[in-house]
Amino acid sequence: MSNPYIILPIIFQLFTAILLMFFWTQKNIQKAISVALSVVTLGISVWLMTIVLKNGIYVTQAGSWEAPFGITFIADPLSALMVLLTSIAGLAVSIFSVGSVRNARVRFGYFPIFHFLLMGLNGAFLTGDIFNLYVWFEIIIISSFVLITLGGEKAQIEGSIKYVTMNLLASAIFLTAIAILYGLVGSLNMADLSLKVAKLENRGLVNVTAILFFVGFGIKSAVFPLHFWLPASYHTPPTAISAIFGGLLTKVGVYALLRVFTLIFVPDEFMVSLISWVAGLTILTGCIGALIQNNIRKVFSYLIVGHIGYMIAGLGMFTEAALIGTVFYLIHDIIVKTNLFMVSGLIFKIKGTFSMRNLGGFYKEYPKLSLLMAIPIFSLVGIPPLSGFWAKLFWVESGFEIGNFMLVAFIISGSFLTLFVMAKLWSEVFWKDGDKLPKKINVKYFWELKPIKRVAMVFPIVFLSLISLYIGLGADHIIQLSTIIGKQLMDTTPYIEAVLGPITELQP
Amino acid sequence: MELLLVIIIGLLYAAGIYMMLRRSLVKLIIGLILLGNGANLLIFLLGRIVKGKPPIIDDASYVLSEIYADPVPQALILTAIVISFGLQAFAIILIKRAYKVVKTDDLDEMNATDEDL
Amino acid sequence: MKTIIFKTASSYLLPLLLLFAIFILLRGHYLPGGGFVGGLIAAIAFVIHSFANGIEKTRGIIKFHPGFLMPIGLSLALLAAITPLFTGGALMTGLWFENPVPVIGMVGSALFFDIGVFLVVIGVVLTIIFTISETI
Repeated sequence: MSNPYIILPIIFQLFTAILLMFFWTQKNIQKAISVALSVVTLGISVWLMTIVLKNGIYVTQAGSWEAPFGITFIADPLSALMVLLTSIAGLAVSIFSVGSVRNARVRFGYFPIFHFLLMGLNGAFLTGDIFNLYVWFEIIIISSFVLITLGGEKAQIEGSIKYVTMNLLASAIFLTAIAILYGLVGSLNMADLSLKVAKLENRGLVNVTAILFFVGFGIKSAVFPLHFWLPASYHTPPTAISAIFGGLLTKVGVYALLRVFTLIFVPDEFMVSLISWVAGLTILTGCIGALIQNNIRKVFSYLIVGHIGYMIAGLGMFTEAALIGTVFYLIHDIIVKTNLFMVSGLIFKIKGTFSMRNLGGFYKEYPKLSLLMAIPIFSLVGIPPLSGFWAKLFWVESGFEIGNFMLVAFIISGSFLTLFVMAKLWSEVFWKDGDKLPKKINVKYFWELKPIKRVAMVFPIVFLSLISLYIGLGADHIIQLSTIIGKQLMDTTPYIEAVLGPITELQP
Repeated sequence: MELLLVIIIGLLYAAGIYMMLRRSLVKLIIGLILLGNGANLLIFLLGRIVKGKPPIIDDASYVLSEIYADPVPQALILTAIVISFGLQAFAIILIKRAYKVVKTDDLDEMNATDEDL
Repeated sequence: MKTIIFKTASSYLLPLLLLFAIFILLRGHYLPGGGFVGGLIAAIAFVIHSFANGIEKTRGIIKFHPGFLMPIGLSLALLAAITPLFTGGALMTGLWFENPVPVIGMVGSALFFDIGVFLVVIGVVLTIIFTISETI
């Protein structure tokens, strides 16, 4: 079905960013606009999700050039879901930024660039053209470069050099892969590519191209052994920025992998075993890396890597149940990881340090806040009935079904390691008797902030915790949604027919 | 022509990766630039090179009758060049800033992110 | 560079290059040219002027911060892109006025998009160059 309004999430974020640029120097107006328009965007995303679930896939052709010649924008359930999650995380981080980001950063354009980043994310999720996906990726990384360097402290600059280099390398590899793909089939439209790549005789060359795409997206989503940049950079910027990076940026890579490897390159035996091994080792390195870290944000950074491994594992099994698990975990992970980084920001604002060794006694001093923080922390571990549990059920089940016991072992050991890490974090930060920490001069503590800022820091954590409680307790709804998406990932005919028209007419 | 381009692309990729593996920040950026140029030339090559035939339909006919040059790779390269213009400008400012803050050009000296705080 | 030849030439080059930039911008729809190239040429006109006379003088000519051109250009481009949405068309569909305008020729939404790009490019390039040369 054609509907030109499905690009509204992109347009509206761009509009927000432009509007914010007109108020470059007025920081209070910027904060108000950012929060208010993020709420509107959330409304637009909910509308998109409901119409897509009700009426099926929507398509629009930019510039009215027919597919496969023009650029297609397509909203299928997976895209609509990702746009919705982006808006939820965007709203939470926007409110959190009001409380936590320093005025110096706001004056250098924090909020406009934040909305450019969200625009890039929405664009990447909604596009149906592989080169356009590349362009949206570039918009995302340019905005993220600015956000990660804003402020310019020593660790931040060093972290961003690693981040910038790896991302530029990933884009160069992605561009190379697109060049080879265009040389092979002469098309860029993803639905068209799906039909044409399937017909190619030279499977070896197709696999080489697929691996180039895998490496390009793999760097962006931080899979083993391409993940070293992530723990070296994600703990350096302000926590609001870490939150949006940790929640969404690596997941764009996962989304692109899901899209490309179900639609264009359907994995053969070789690719499946490659992806499985990469996934297993990613889980192991991420979770073991998290064990020895002392900085809370570094612990979370390593856990991002480990849990990316889970999602890739679902792709590696390549059954419908495993993909349902992956989609479920994607929903859970975006909400929880965003929330965890905000929790770490709140802990820092209260105590003035990220170091687990020095922290302690949080539960005794702030019992209510501690209970609130327990929700994301134990959701991540996946203690039933909290949200992380259900997806693993799907993976273990389908792992036994297809006999991929190696991945099942990796997933279960990864869960235990995560449990151990989170238990350690809980006992170190919340239960251990804390020393009186020396007061730092350059930190503005939580209790010195204005009440409205304090509310702005706690409210988004409550908001996202409620959503993760809903994901865990109302899991039937989420499983229903994931099942619809998982089915469409395995059977791509509706996607292709929505873009190109009925397939039977296309065959000569 | 194709053979020449293939050799140039290979050289650009090799030189780019070699430069990126050096420890100096400036060489790192040069490596990234070379790699990007190699990728652009690769798109150009794989879009099939045809000499001097623009894909423009004259008024008398409805379809292109002759062999024509594919306009899509050129649009792709143009987009990629504009994007890399922005990214490289940013990267150069970043290393300048890094040199000012960290006071070294050597990547091995940049260990502040691994410090245990 | 403080040579008298360059200084004299630059004051004549500035208006000429700006005119040439607008020429390139307007011919861009059917012939080589367009907003991006035109914007670069216009920015280079100001850069040459600043090399000859110093950045302060150039700032004096422009009167406002060049970064301000970015939101203006972006909003122009955004408006040109979303206008077709109001008439039921897809994003960025070309809309054209019925009759050609003298000198310029056919005017459509693509021209306004290109003018937006033109302004953004001037704003970005001048901001980059002014910032770099101030910190050196």
